[in-house]
Amino acid sequence: MKYVDEFRDPTTARQLVAEIRSTATQRWVLMEVCGGQTHGLLRHGIESELRDTVELIHGPGCPVCVTPIAAIDFAQELAMRDNVVVASFGDMLRVPGSRNSLLNVRGAGGHLKIVYSPLDAVTLAQRHPDQQVVFFAVGFETTAPATALAVLQAERLNLKNFSLLVSHVRVQPAMEGLMDSPDNRVQAFLAAGHVCTITGIASYDAFVRRYKVPVVVTGFEPIDLLEGILECIRQLETGRKEVSNRYARSVSRAGNLSAQDLVTQVYEVDDRPWRGFGTIPCGGYSLRSEYRQFDAEKRFGHVSLYSQLPILGVEVCRAADVLAGRLRPTACPEFGTGCTPESPLGAPMVSSEGACAAYYQYDSAGRPPDLSQSKSDKSISVSPNSSSDVSTVATGVSKK
Amino acid sequence: MCLGVPGLIISWIDRDPTFGKAEVEFDGIRRVCHMACVPEAVEGDYVVVHAGIAISRVDAREAQKLIAELKQLGLSDELSEKTDSFPPRSKGDLS
Repeated sequence: MKYVDEFRDPTTARQLVAEIRSTATQRWVLMEVCGGQTHGLLRHGIESELRDTVELIHGPGCPVCVTPIAAIDFAQELAMRDNVVVASFGDMLRVPGSRNSLLNVRGAGGHLKIVYSPLDAVTLAQRHPDQQVVFFAVGFETTAPATALAVLQAERLNLKNFSLLVSHVRVQPAMEGLMDSPDNRVQAFLAAGHVCTITGIASYDAFVRRYKVPVVVTGFEPIDLLEGILECIRQLETGRKEVSNRYARSVSRAGNLSAQDLVTQVYEVDDRPWRGFGTIPCGGYSLRSEYRQFDAEKRFGHVSLYSQLPILGVEVCRAADVLAGRLRPTACPEFGTGCTPESPLGAPMVSSEGACAAYYQYDSAGRPPDLSQSKSDKSISVSPNSSSDVSTVATGVSKK
Repeated sequence: MCLGVPGLIISWIDRDPTFGKAEVEFDGIRRVCHMACVPEAVEGDYVVVHAGIAISRVDAREAQKLIAELKQLGLSDELSEKTDSFPPRSKGDLS
């Protein structure tokens, strides 16, 4: 596939690994912000290959993981109501709420429809005027334009049976929160390429000036990730702290202005509760007053999502520590034993962007041996002892 | 969730500035995508698609620039547009 295959070349990957090793004079601590990057780093064996050279700690960029339990519970409650259908990305299905997951609720007769796009949920509402369709709008800046477009489409079609349960979050305020934390260890960021595709990179200038850390925007293929790591190391080794765009084939300095216009038209920046983080000032989006008729919380008279419901069965999940980079997934006592993708205690184990799921799926060193046979994906070839074998770098690409 | 997949624009279906659509091909699979965020894109361009909408037009010049930089560093002598070592993502990745 064009613009994918070019950035998976194993020879280039090995050369980049060698360059990173020869450039680094100490073990620097880097955080990749986006869960998609986390999966790329684990899936291609980059994290294990470079473990002696850089410490990669995994950031909060998993929207499913930071969606408040109260929002998940509310979605479940809606799915059980008569004449209400909850439409959601598949990622949300198995995320535990305070008592159940949406999957459990569907099993109990709840009305749940998995969609690829928020626009598909609008079509669903159009086809079923007798049903209230609620789209569970989770995601970062990358996803907000699509849900904004869905609202505009519903408005144009004059649909009275479509609404959003909004749980959109913004990345940069969370990065600021991490840097302000007294136990912060991050020395450079691999910024999220598709978030920056929408937002641009200008806002990182002030961030870099304030926190004096390199911010390197990267894509998701192995060459992109390795190239981003190399740029971080080069900056750190020479004392530079700059914003660097290494995903320029998709990211421009100003970002996507059309997408920003869509988001600004429909949403306003708001304080938002993040699961595991608490409320982050300016940490998300809410519907503007002009579009409140599409707000599922208003339509269905829900109590505020800011309220905290009792948490049952989830308190043992240390997602907050994992998402802040304080706890390596494999260091969690429940990893792979009490908590697996089939029976998760928390969102990072089930989301396609969750760090725990990435380690469980791709890091054979961190996976309990007795569970290795249960993986559906047998094509992963990253050696558990690959740290001294450069030939395995980036050759662990699965066909999944 | 922030997964974005590059696809080739086959043809525009609707040029509406907000609700415009195009047929986009991903590794042999074609699907209709919303184009509100890339009104400047033309047939034959590649776009990155996320959750059913195109979020950027792939800048071919920038892609080539990065590859050229790697070559200059002696890092990608064997870099080619297609390698057998890295199978493309399966069609399941599009969802």
